[in-house]
Amino acid sequence: MWIFFKNFANTFRIKKISGMPTTLFDKVWDAHVIRHVQDGPDVLFIDRHFIHEVTSPVAFLGLEKRGLKVVYPERTFATADHNTPTQNQHLPVKDPLSANQLQALERNTQRYGISHWGLGNPRNGIVHVIGPENGITQPGMTIVCGDSHTSTHGAFGAVAFGIGTSEIEMVLSSQCIMQPKPKKMRINVDGKLGKAVTPKDVILYIISRLTASGATGYFVEYAGEVFRQMSMEGRMTVCNMSIEMGARGGIIAPDEKTYSYLKGREMAPRGEAWDKALAYWKTLPTDEGAVFDQEYRFDAAEIEPMITFGTNPGMGLGITQSIPAAEGAGSGRSSFQKSLQYMGFQEAEHMLGKKVDFVFIGSCTNGRIEDFRAFASIVKGRKKADHVTAWVVPGSHQVERQIREEGILDILTEAGFELRQPGCSACLAMNDDKIPMGKYAVSTSNRNFEGRQGPGARTMLASPLAAAAAAVTGVVTDPRDLIEE
Amino acid sequence: MAYDKFTVLKSTAVPLPIENVDTDQIIPARFLKATERKGFGDNLFRDWRYQDDGSPKRDFILNNPLYQGKILVGGRNFGSGSSREHAAWAIYDYGFRCVISSFFADIFKNNSMNVGILPVQVSGEFLEKIFRAIEADPHTELEVDLPSQKLTILATGEHVSFEINAYKKNNLINGYDDIDYLQAMKTEIASFAANSIYSL
Repeated sequence: MWIFFKNFANTFRIKKISGMPTTLFDKVWDAHVIRHVQDGPDVLFIDRHFIHEVTSPVAFLGLEKRGLKVVYPERTFATADHNTPTQNQHLPVKDPLSANQLQALERNTQRYGISHWGLGNPRNGIVHVIGPENGITQPGMTIVCGDSHTSTHGAFGAVAFGIGTSEIEMVLSSQCIMQPKPKKMRINVDGKLGKAVTPKDVILYIISRLTASGATGYFVEYAGEVFRQMSMEGRMTVCNMSIEMGARGGIIAPDEKTYSYLKGREMAPRGEAWDKALAYWKTLPTDEGAVFDQEYRFDAAEIEPMITFGTNPGMGLGITQSIPAAEGAGSGRSSFQKSLQYMGFQEAEHMLGKKVDFVFIGSCTNGRIEDFRAFASIVKGRKKADHVTAWVVPGSHQVERQIREEGILDILTEAGFELRQPGCSACLAMNDDKIPMGKYAVSTSNRNFEGRQGPGARTMLASPLAAAAAAVTGVVTDPRDLIEE
Repeated sequence: MAYDKFTVLKSTAVPLPIENVDTDQIIPARFLKATERKGFGDNLFRDWRYQDDGSPKRDFILNNPLYQGKILVGGRNFGSGSSREHAAWAIYDYGFRCVISSFFADIFKNNSMNVGILPVQVSGEFLEKIFRAIEADPHTELEVDLPSQKLTILATGEHVSFEINAYKKNNLINGYDDIDYLQAMKTEIASFAANSIYSL
């Protein structure tokens, strides 16, 4: 369990000496640098490490080959999520390769004394959903996982990002990784969001403005009224997709919302430790006058419900707009055309009214309780369109329990939807939840890459509200049309 | 896992002039189910390279015997998306030792260097030059000289220098890796960990 802030005083000293206004990101990163390698990376200490069945087995093999141990097993947390089935989880996993990976995770965690919330465990779920849910994720931490959407945890004011398998091996064997410090970007969104404009729309809008590579090399702080007003679930959705514009990670200053979300969660500090933690967390937000390498400002009123039309998350637009011309893509023109060809779309076509075959709500982007509440708000009293296959997949068992307890399941069932069991599911289609070749899916997940949701699958990314609207009408529909004032 | 040391590489190159080549294209998720690092090269660019029935797609560059070599030249924002190191393994396992692009995604770049692939970032114009040179003659050789950080199109002698930090450069030249470096810092890490704010 949580002990004390032994170098609590130290952290303050660092701040005092430097004297300069400092960013949230700098404060957290710098507090974890053990050594700066000259003309090289920083050696960064990692507070919390998440692992799952897909990217960890080779790291454990590496440990074995080198005869290394896991130095701080209590700082690593394992869950099974990427290739798990979303039906009949009580039965043995049918796919022998998936079963093998799940067994390897169980074996490896057991061998090295790492906690493992595997299939059937009441705390099992998608790694980026269960970390915050159980209070493992906290402000000021460094958090890594062999998954690019680790950026999700930045919603709590943590420096969190995805790593490769070699780095997983580093963290297991030394609790450190070696990386150059990224540059800093701040994205400010001020003003009030319009009707049916959700956190997912905010981040899809930002990515559409910056492009799929526009934040590469940067760590992004999201600031401004829109993020201050946003729930923790919404902040997680935003930080989650930071990687989709190439950013190393996203981060949002911790505030009262963060603290009240965390308080009382299983792994969160308690009593005196809580008070000390809180005092420290309150020093973390970016100081007035701190300088960023790059800064953007957007107006909330400009943001519509969004949808993507191409094969990277930067290819998004307001749902009422039409597909832009390839000319505008400049040197990327042929890639743009290739993308439209894959999607079976034409320049200048409207997105509204396009036929939808599949709807997927879930994933580490939109698999939290608030997302299912939003989805239910639209399907309530309506029926799923007959030709639409819908996969409704909670991010964790805890979310699944909430869906039942809050009566959302009844609404879903009444409207003709079936609730599945938690996992990454159709987001990356490693299990059986694959969108068939050539079919169109409106998906609340994070990537619309070619084949991402199954070979030949055509993905349109959108919010839970837009997914619900598509599910009940069977075509791309503006969710604003289905919401009463 | 040990990798081949990288000093000077002289080779023909395979051009892939597509932007935003993401790691799902490099290796689709359904091929990530192995628990060992073996055979990933067979599924490199799987869905661009093969038909559903497993027969090769004739128009994909890797299926064109004219284009061979240890260097892959990709369009802007190469390696975006997922953190799967399997993408780098697939490229290495297929036989590439160097990827040239005008822009790399961060995680892919890190992963590449950790497995012994040299990512070489050049300007958009120089990338175009390389594409044109290979288009004109598929046997065009490139020389990637890591010690002097220089990339040359041998036929024309056109060359550019490229960036890499001294630490990573030294690692690649000698076949060293971060894991060994960190093992040598154990005492320092232990004392940092003992004072860590977020002890459990």
